[in-house]
Amino acid sequence: MWQQLLLVMLVSPAPAQPAQKAVESSCVRCHLAMGDPLAEPVKLSAQDIHFQNGLSCNACHGGDPTKDALEEAMNPRKGFVAHPLRKQIATLCASCHSNADFMKKYNPQARVDQHSEYLTSVHGKKNQAGDPNVATCTDCHGVHGIRAVGDPNSPVYVTNVAATCGRCHSDVKRMGSYGIPTDQQEQYSKSVHGVALMKQRDLSAPACNSCHGNHGATPPGVDSVANVCGQCHVTQEGLFKQSPHSKAFAENKWPGCVTCHQNHLVVRPTDAMLGVEETATCAACHDRGSPGYVAAQKMKSEITNLQTRLDSAKQVLERAQRAGMEVSSPIYQLSEARDRLVLARVQIHGFTPAILQKTTAEGESIAAQCEQSGWQAIAELAYRRKGLAVSAAILLCMIGLLLLKIRQLKT
Amino acid sequence: MNAWASKWGGWLEERLGWRAAVRLLEHKEVPVHRHSIWYYFGGMTLFLFVVQVCTGILLLLYYRPSAETAFESVEFIMTQVQFGWLIRSIHSWSANLMIGTAFVHMFSALFLRSFRRPRELTWVSGALLLFLSLCFGFSGYLLPWNKLAFFATKVGTDIAGIVPLIGPFLLRFLRGGDEVTGATLTRFFGFHVAILPAIATVLVSVHIYLVQKHGMSTPPSVDADKVPKMKFIPDFLLRDLVGWLTAVTVLAVLAAIFPWELGEKADPFSPAPAGIKPEWYFVYMFQTLKYIPSKILGIDGEVLGIMFFGFLGLLLIITPFISPREPRTGRRSLLPIAGILVLLYIIVLSALAYRT
Repeated sequence: MWQQLLLVMLVSPAPAQPAQKAVESSCVRCHLAMGDPLAEPVKLSAQDIHFQNGLSCNACHGGDPTKDALEEAMNPRKGFVAHPLRKQIATLCASCHSNADFMKKYNPQARVDQHSEYLTSVHGKKNQAGDPNVATCTDCHGVHGIRAVGDPNSPVYVTNVAATCGRCHSDVKRMGSYGIPTDQQEQYSKSVHGVALMKQRDLSAPACNSCHGNHGATPPGVDSVANVCGQCHVTQEGLFKQSPHSKAFAENKWPGCVTCHQNHLVVRPTDAMLGVEETATCAACHDRGSPGYVAAQKMKSEITNLQTRLDSAKQVLERAQRAGMEVSSPIYQLSEARDRLVLARVQIHGFTPAILQKTTAEGESIAAQCEQSGWQAIAELAYRRKGLAVSAAILLCMIGLLLLKIRQLKT
Repeated sequence: MNAWASKWGGWLEERLGWRAAVRLLEHKEVPVHRHSIWYYFGGMTLFLFVVQVCTGILLLLYYRPSAETAFESVEFIMTQVQFGWLIRSIHSWSANLMIGTAFVHMFSALFLRSFRRPRELTWVSGALLLFLSLCFGFSGYLLPWNKLAFFATKVGTDIAGIVPLIGPFLLRFLRGGDEVTGATLTRFFGFHVAILPAIATVLVSVHIYLVQKHGMSTPPSVDADKVPKMKFIPDFLLRDLVGWLTAVTVLAVLAAIFPWELGEKADPFSPAPAGIKPEWYFVYMFQTLKYIPSKILGIDGEVLGIMFFGFLGLLLIITPFISPREPRTGRRSLLPIAGILVLLYIIVLSALAYRT
């Protein structure tokens, strides 16, 4: 029966088998009859993914649910364990979740490496060393009433992850003995990632586990920061690794991306971060006149020039459009120049002006063409108005002559 | 020169007998009274129809009727073709002005009771021409294949699909399938440039023939025997010309200052734009359907709405046959009151639609 234990703890897709009612057992009958708090686990079982798949209390706690007598049903000789030790919980869950043959009956795509990953994590290592304060499976997934990861009410659903991690990591008392900060959740919630995920409900935005891993949770080392960010920001990672910064950062043991962008408080990057002004991150390291200083200045000027050109073209086209001219084609074309600006901003991560110069030159050329179309439309508008004035004058003259003729006929 | 003209005039007269038509026009007279101004709206509508035909033919030189090319071809007309923007804008503005003058012409004929014997068929042909103008407007609206037109056509054909009994057939017939697609565009193009113009040619010819045959109607409040008259040629025609030239000036101003928008290309997979409305001459019907409860006495509200407007359309066509010949002395006729109510209804509902 132990093998049937924690069945689909981390199954994000729907279970392979249809939901079934919890198995009728002496555990359910007695615990319900005893009232809270002993009835609570049974009440929670209705939402539990394991119960929905036909497993019952004995799958984790052992014993014999077919017997009504307390001594028989909760007989330790039949494997009954009232409270599994924290150190044993991961192994208990793994008895099913690390069993590929068993798991594939419920979900052919289910992961079975959670336990081995957990053992490599800081949580797992300390847990195995007997530290009672570190997280084990039930701390994140819950004990009774465990929901599938894809269930929005699950504590490990992507939008709930930060709060779940924060339960321990924002607890000053609990974290005190480990000497690690407790403001990560607060910082993350203000970051571009946190805002995207929690406020804008963009489920593709990263939560804590996207960078730290979930079962194998560990702080990324200095060497691996760029690799972590590069999981999503692939182009930036590639450019960074080939840039002059890559070697310098490695030699000085500076973490890659976070040196400029921070870690938990990653704010939306702006052009103000680039260059040699006070707001620029480049100026924090590069002294005036140094090659890095000159490169930062050059890159800033490339980006600013393209942005200025884009704004100017947009302004002219909008003016023409407001006047009723058909400029949808150059307006659409302008989006190509905007794409070049986005690309150039990415190419900054090569920290070599020559890399983005080709892109900004293309963008400026497209923007100039669009602006030219806008000016042509405005000139055409002036031409039309002149034409209108001339033709209206001719028409009004003709109307006047006709009215004179009508008057003449009357007399 | 005179000898040359006389020679060729004689040659043509021998073959065509055209001088009979000239003599007819020379003898044609128009009553002059305080309501004469309304006579000009018929001619104005006809003039705008001719503008439509001419500009429509010019647009045909570049327009390509398929979902893949329609929008681009209109964009090409607006941006690349010499004076293409002017032709398209005049075509669009003139269409709206024509429907406006057709409505004015219809209401003036209604209030002046111009449909009285023997002009019943003149009225019927005119009412049919008004409906035909609306069909021209509906079919032409889709042709640029932009987002607004696409969804307006979707809503419009959805409404046609509600018509009892023939609704589903009508919907498929109009769309050329279950959905608005390129097939609908091709079909609407066919309606717009071939079928409707053919019917319009017949109806306009009948209408003009009947107007020539019976002459201008004199309102009941004016004594037809004592009313002064003016010659159609040149007096009335010159005044008509003033109106037409004024219309051309207005069209030129509108086209130059407010060129007709092209909008975004239709995308069947994009969501419908917010606040979508049909053209102004359908707005009051659209707004009415919004106000009707979903069920009235167990019958679908929209079905009742469609039937109501269908009934009104039928009443309009048969007005000459159901209206009392002359109002009894001392009693007000119901017809002008009904006409004013309908006019008010159209104005109020349209205003409500544009306010929201």
